[in-house]
Amino acid sequence: MSVMSNVVLEVRDLTTKYVTRFREEVYAVDHVSLQVEEGKSLGIAGESGCGKSTLALSLMGYYFPPLHYTCGEIIIDGRDISAMRPDDVRKSILGTEIAYIPQSAMNALNPTQKVIHFVEDVFQAHDPFKSKKEIHEFAKEAFETLGLPEEVLQKYPVELSGGMKQRTVIAVSVLLCPKVLIADEPSSALDVTTQKMVIKMLKGLMENGFIKSMIFITHELPLLYNVTDDIMVMYAGQIVEKATAREAVFDPLHPYAKGLMGSIIVPESGLRDVKLAAIPGVPPNLKDPPVGCRFAERCKYVRAECKVAAVPLYDAGGGRAYRCILSEEVLREAYQHAG
Amino acid sequence: MPAEKDPCLSGRGVTKVFGFGRTRTVAVDHVDFDFHEGEVISIVGESGSGKTTLAKVLLGLINPTEGEVYFQGKERDIGSYRKKKEYWKQIQAIFQDPYCSYNIFRKIDTVLLDCIHMRGGRGLPRAKKVELMAEACSFVNLKFDELTNKYPFELSGGQMQRLMIARIFLLKPKILLADEPTSMIDACSRATILDMLMQLRDEIGMTVVFITHDIGLAYYVSDVVYIMENGRFVESGSADNVILHPKETYTQRLINDVPKIYEEWDLSTV
Ligand SMILES: Nc1ncnc2c1ncn2[C@@H]1O[C@H](COP(=O)(O)OP(=O)(O)OP(=O)(O)O)[C@@H](O)[C@H]1O
Ligand SMILES: Nc1ncnc2c1ncn2[C@@H]1O[C@H](COP(=O)(O)OP(=O)(O)O)[C@@H](O)[C@H]1O
Ligand code: SF4
Ligand SMILES: [Mg+2]
Ligand SMILES: [Mg+2]
Repeated sequence: MSVMSNVVLEVRDLTTKYVTRFREEVYAVDHVSLQVEEGKSLGIAGESGCGKSTLALSLMGYYFPPLHYTCGEIIIDGRDISAMRPDDVRKSILGTEIAYIPQSAMNALNPTQKVIHFVEDVFQAHDPFKSKKEIHEFAKEAFETLGLPEEVLQKYPVELSGGMKQRTVIAVSVLLCPKVLIADEPSSALDVTTQKMVIKMLKGLMENGFIKSMIFITHELPLLYNVTDDIMVMYAGQIVEKATAREAVFDPLHPYAKGLMGSIIVPESGLRDVKLAAIPGVPPNLKDPPVGCRFAERCKYVRAECKVAAVPLYDAGGGRAYRCILSEEVLREAYQHAG
Repeated sequence: MPAEKDPCLSGRGVTKVFGFGRTRTVAVDHVDFDFHEGEVISIVGESGSGKTTLAKVLLGLINPTEGEVYFQGKERDIGSYRKKKEYWKQIQAIFQDPYCSYNIFRKIDTVLLDCIHMRGGRGLPRAKKVELMAEACSFVNLKFDELTNKYPFELSGGQMQRLMIARIFLLKPKILLADEPTSMIDACSRATILDMLMQLRDEIGMTVVFITHDIGLAYYVSDVVYIMENGRFVESGSADNVILHPKETYTQRLINDVPKIYEEWDLSTV
C-alpha cells in the first residue's frame, strides 16, 4: 500500500453470504480485497452468477436478508463502515460516501413520481433543512453540467427513453457527490448509441467533480476496457485476476481470464479469422464449492495438485495478482502454444 | 445480389403496419430480401427497428399487411392450419425471451417430446424417444435426467437458451430464425451458444437467420448482413463489405458506437 496515493476505498478480506430459505449458505463474495484510489476506476468482470452484483451490494456495508455480512473490512476515506449499524449506514454513508446504481435501476423508478421528486427525496434524507427552491436550483445546475436537459426534472419516468432514464438515474445518484460510485451493468440493456452516451456521462462524472472514484461492473469486456483503469475478474465468488485494463485484456494470466478474453466479439477486422474460445462447462455451485481451485472442472491446464487445497491469490508485482498454482512463465508459455 | 442458387426464402415489399390513425406504426416497411440455402444471414438493427416483427412475419405468426413472402421459389401458402404445420417443419425459431416461448404449464420433457412427434416419431418406442431426447440434451451440454419433471421457469436464462437449441436439434428445420439468441446470457457464455448453433448448422445444413442488435456478433457469424433502420433495410451485402466498408451513415454510426479494443473508441461523437 503506497502512502503517496490517496486510497478512497479499501476492502480487506470481505466475505458475505446468502442464507437461503432452506438454510443453505451461498458464499457469493469470498475473501475479496480491493483498493480504489482517488481519480481511478475499477472494473469487475465475470460471467453471470459469479458474484459481481453481490459484491456491489456488499461494498455498501448495508446488509439485509438474505444477504449477511461474515467478515472483512470496508474502509472509506479511513473510516471502517463494516461494523456500523444498518440504520447508520443508510443515514450517513449511502449517497454521500457511496452511491450505488443497481442492475436495471431504471426500470425500478417509481412511475408515479416526477424526476424532481427523486431529487427532493435524495436531499431530504441528508439535508432536511434545504429549501425546495435551493434543491431545484442545485438540480438544474447539476443536470446542466451533466448534459441533461432541465425539462427532464419535470417529467415522469415513462416519458423518458431508456437512455435518458438511465442517465437520469445516474445524475440523481451523484447529486450528493459521493466518494465512490458503484454502477452495476448500467448500460447493458441499451442500444449502442445510447450506451455510448451513458458511458460518456459516467466518464465525465470524475472530471466534473461529482465523484472521486468508480466501480464499474459488466460482463462486456470491451466496455470495461474502455471505461476503467483496472480490471478484476471474478470467478465463483473469488477474485482470480487483478490487473490494469490493458494487461487484463491483452495479457491475462489466469486461465479463466484468458478464456474470457478469448470470447470477446468486436466488429473489427481480424475478428473473423480467430475462433472464439468458448469456455466449456458451467461455474460450480456456490453452496458447495470445490475444495481446490474453483475453476479446475473447466480448466484446460488442470493438474492433480490443483484440486488438493484452496489456491491463494498470488501477488505478481506491480499491482497484479492471480489465483493459479502455475507460474507466470508456465502460463504464458501455455498460451503461446495454444495460439 | 444475383446468386447462383435459387433463394430458399425471399420477400418483396414485405410490410407490417400495427394500429390505425394516431397509433399507426409501420414496423416493417417494404423490405426485399433473398436468403440462400446454407447461408448465415444477420439482420441488425436497434431496438424497435422491426426485427422481431419481421421474424414473426417470416415464421407465419402474423400476416404481412402488404407484400409477398416466397418459400423455396414459390409464393408461400400457409392459409390453412395444416399447411402452417407443414411450413413449421421447415422453418423454426428461437426467440428473444425464451421464457415467453414455452408453455409454462408443460414440463420440459414434453417440450422435447413434442419435437419428436412433430417429426413423425409419435410411434417410436418410449426407450427410443428418451434416447433421442438425451442425445439432444447432451448436444447442448444439459443433462436430460436433471431436466425431466422440471418446468421451464425453473431453468436459468442460459439453460433455457440451450434447451431451445436442443429443440432445434430434434426438429432439424431447413431454416432457423434466431431472434437475439444470446441477449439473455452474458458475453462469456455467448461464444458457447454460437458454437452450438454453428455446429448444428454444419450438421443439418440449415440456413440460419440471426436477428440481433450486436453488430460484432453479426460480423463474426454471418455471410450476409442486412442493416435495418425504422422498418427498412438500409444496407445489405457480404459481412466484410457491410461491416468493414459501410456506405450508409446509419451503419457507420452503429459500428462507431460499439466499444472497440484494437482501434480507439471515440466518445466525442455522441
Ligand atoms: N403487437 C404490436 N402492436 C403494436 N405495435 C407493435 C407490436 N409489435 C411491435 N410493435 C411496434 O413495431 C415496432 C418494431 O418492433 P419490433 O419488436 O419488431 O422491434 P425489434 O427490432 O425486434 O426491437 P428489439 O431490438 O427491442 O427487440 C416498434 O415500434 C413496436 O413498438
Ligand atoms: N437473493 C439470493 N439468495 C440466494 N442466493 C443468491 C441471491 N442472489 C444471488 N444469489 C447467488 O449468489 C451468486 C452470485 O450472484 P450475483 O451476485 O447476482 O452474480 P452476478 O452479478 O455476477 O451475475 C449466485 O450463485 C446466485 O445464485
Ligand atoms: S490452479 Fe490449476 S485448475 Fe486452477 S486455474 Fe490454475 S491450472 Fe487451472
Ligand atoms: Mg449481476
Ligand atoms: Mg426484438
